[in-house]
Amino acid sequence: MGKGRNGILRVVKGQERYRRYLNTFILHFRPRTVPEQTLRFTLTWGLGGMAVVLILMLFGTGVLLKFAYHPFPDKAYESILHLQHDIQFGQLIRNIHHWSANILLVVVFLHFLRVFFTGAFHPPRQFNWIIGLALFLTVLFSNFTGYLLPWDQLSFWAVTICTGMFDYIPGAGLWLQEMIRGGPEVGPSTLTNFYAIHTVILPALIIAFMPFHFWRVRKAGGLVIPRTPEEDSETRGEMVPSIPNLIVREIAMALILIAFILVVSVFFNAPLEGKANPGLSPNPTKAPWYFLGFQEILLHFSPLIALFFIPVLMIIALISIPYIHYPSSTAGVWFVSSKGRRMAIGATVAALIATPIGILVDEYVVDFAVWMPGLSPVISQGLIRLGIVLAVFYGFYLLLKRRYYANKNETVQVVFCFFLTAFIILTITGIWFRGSEMRLVWP
Amino acid sequence: MSEKKRKKIKEGQFPQEPSRRSFLNKLWIGLGILALLEFALLVMAYLRPNKKETKSRDPETIIEAGPVAKFPLDSVTAFIRGKFYLCRLEDGGFLAVSRRCTHLGCTVPWIDKEKRFACPCHASAFDIKGEVINPPAPRPLDLYRLFIENSIVKVDTGRRIKRSRFRADQVVYAKRVKHETLEN
Repeated sequence: MGKGRNGILRVVKGQERYRRYLNTFILHFRPRTVPEQTLRFTLTWGLGGMAVVLILMLFGTGVLLKFAYHPFPDKAYESILHLQHDIQFGQLIRNIHHWSANILLVVVFLHFLRVFFTGAFHPPRQFNWIIGLALFLTVLFSNFTGYLLPWDQLSFWAVTICTGMFDYIPGAGLWLQEMIRGGPEVGPSTLTNFYAIHTVILPALIIAFMPFHFWRVRKAGGLVIPRTPEEDSETRGEMVPSIPNLIVREIAMALILIAFILVVSVFFNAPLEGKANPGLSPNPTKAPWYFLGFQEILLHFSPLIALFFIPVLMIIALISIPYIHYPSSTAGVWFVSSKGRRMAIGATVAALIATPIGILVDEYVVDFAVWMPGLSPVISQGLIRLGIVLAVFYGFYLLLKRRYYANKNETVQVVFCFFLTAFIILTITGIWFRGSEMRLVWP
Repeated sequence: MSEKKRKKIKEGQFPQEPSRRSFLNKLWIGLGILALLEFALLVMAYLRPNKKETKSRDPETIIEAGPVAKFPLDSVTAFIRGKFYLCRLEDGGFLAVSRRCTHLGCTVPWIDKEKRFACPCHASAFDIKGEVINPPAPRPLDLYRLFIENSIVKVDTGRRIKRSRFRADQVVYAKRVKHETLEN
C-alpha cells in the first residue's frame, strides 16, 4: 500500500482518536478544569498525589511479595531469606515495599499537617477530614501488621510489646488482645491474623476510603484556593483545563518520587535480624518507629494514662477539630493569620524547649513513687504527672491569650502546634536517644 | 379515601396513623438489623481463638520438673519448654514463675550474679519470688500451679495465674521440709 498524503492523514487521525480516548478516560477520575491558583506547588506540595503513587507501588510490590512469602512461623523467615538470596530482584522488591511503606507514613503525616495549616477542614470539607483520619489509621495499621510478617527478632518483639499494651486498656483490653493475637501469646495464630489483615482487610479498606476521600474533594469544588488573610475566600481565579496543566504536574511528581524510591531501595536494604526467638528478648526492644512516641509516653506515665487516656484524648481532639465553632473560615490561608503564625512559632518553640527538659527532669530528678510511697501508681505515676504537664501548658496558653488576644482559630492552632511538637520530640527521643534498657543515651 | 386525605397526600403530607405499609417497612428494617447482628455474632465466634483446640493439641500441660532434692536452696532453674522458672526459696519452698514480664510481655532472664530477674526491654526487675524491685512492671511475675507428688515437683502450665503481690501461701513446700534441707 502506498503511503500517500491520504495515508499520512489517516495515521494522524488515528493518533488523534486514541489521544481522545485516553483523555476521556483520564477525565473519569480527574476534573475537567481546575482553578489555576490551586496548581501552585506550595499549596499542596504534591503530598496527596505522592500518597496515591506510594499506595499503588505498595499494592504492586505487595502482590509480588505474596508469591514468595509463606505465613507460617517455621517458614516465614526462611521465605524472606529465599526471597532475598535466590529470587531475581527479590531483595529489591522487598526494599521498595519497605521504603514505600515508611515514606508513605511520612507523606501522609505531612499531608495531614498541610491540610490543617491551610485550614482545609472548614466547611464544606469537615467530613473529608474524618475520612482522611480514617485513611491515616488504616495506613498506620497496614504498616504495623506488615511489621510482623518477616518473623525476625525485630518484628516479633515489637509486636509482642505493642500488643502487650492492650493489657492496660480497661474492660475489653484483654479480650481485644486475645482476638488480635489469636491466643494468649504471639504465635502462629498471630501471624495468620496479621497476614489476613495486612493483605486483605486493610487494602480493601484503603480501596474503599480513597475514592471517598477524592469524591469529597470534588464535591467541595476542588482544593482550597490559596489566599492571604485579607483576600475574600469566594473569589476564584481563572479555570484552566486539567489536561495538560494538572496531569503533567502529577505525572512529573510521580516519576520523581518513583525514581527516588528506586534509588533508596537500591542502596539501602530493608532491615532483617535473626529469626524470632520467643525465649530471648533483644535489649532494647522497641516498637516500630511511628509508635515510639507512645512508648516514650509510657516511660513517663502510668500505663492506663499513657495507653488509654492520652490516645483516646488525641483521637477525640483530632476528630473535633473541624466541628469546633470558629469565628471565621480560614480555608486557603496558611497559619490562620500573621498573628496566628507568630503564635504558632511561639508554641512550637515552647514545646521544643519544654519537652526535652521534661524528659530529662523525669529521668534524673523526679521520682514520685519514692517521694509518695503510699499513693497508688495511677495517681503518682499518672494523674500527678498529667496534671503537671497540663498546668505548664495552661500557664503558657494563658500567657499567649492575655498577651495576644487570640481568637479561636489561632487558639486551636496553638494547642495543635504545642502537642504536635511535643509528640514529635518524644518520637525522636524514642528512636535515637533510647539505648540499652531504654536508658537515655547520646546517639 | 376522603377528599382531605387525598389533598394531604398530594402535598406530600402523609397520614400520621400507622398504615400497613409503614408497619411492613419497619418490620423489614428490623429483620435487616437482626440479620446483620447474626452475621456479626457469627464472625466474632468464628474469629475467637479456640481454647479447647489449643488444649487438645497440647495435652501435656503438666510438666514434671524433677525430684525435690535436685533443686538447691535459693536457686532458679529455667524450663524452656514450659516457659517458666522453677524458683526454690531459701526456706525450701517452691514457686513456678512465668518468664513473661508483666509490663509488656518481654521474656525476662534470671541474672544469677545479681539474684534478680532483669527485663531487657524496659529495665523492670523482680526478685526470686517474682516481686517487683524496679518498675515500670505493675505487678509481680505470674505464677503457674505447682504441686509435689512423691517428692517430684510438677507444674501445670495450662493456666497463668495473675497476682497483685507475693503472699506466703503461694509457696509450695515438700512434705518433709527438714529432711530435704538436711539432704542438701
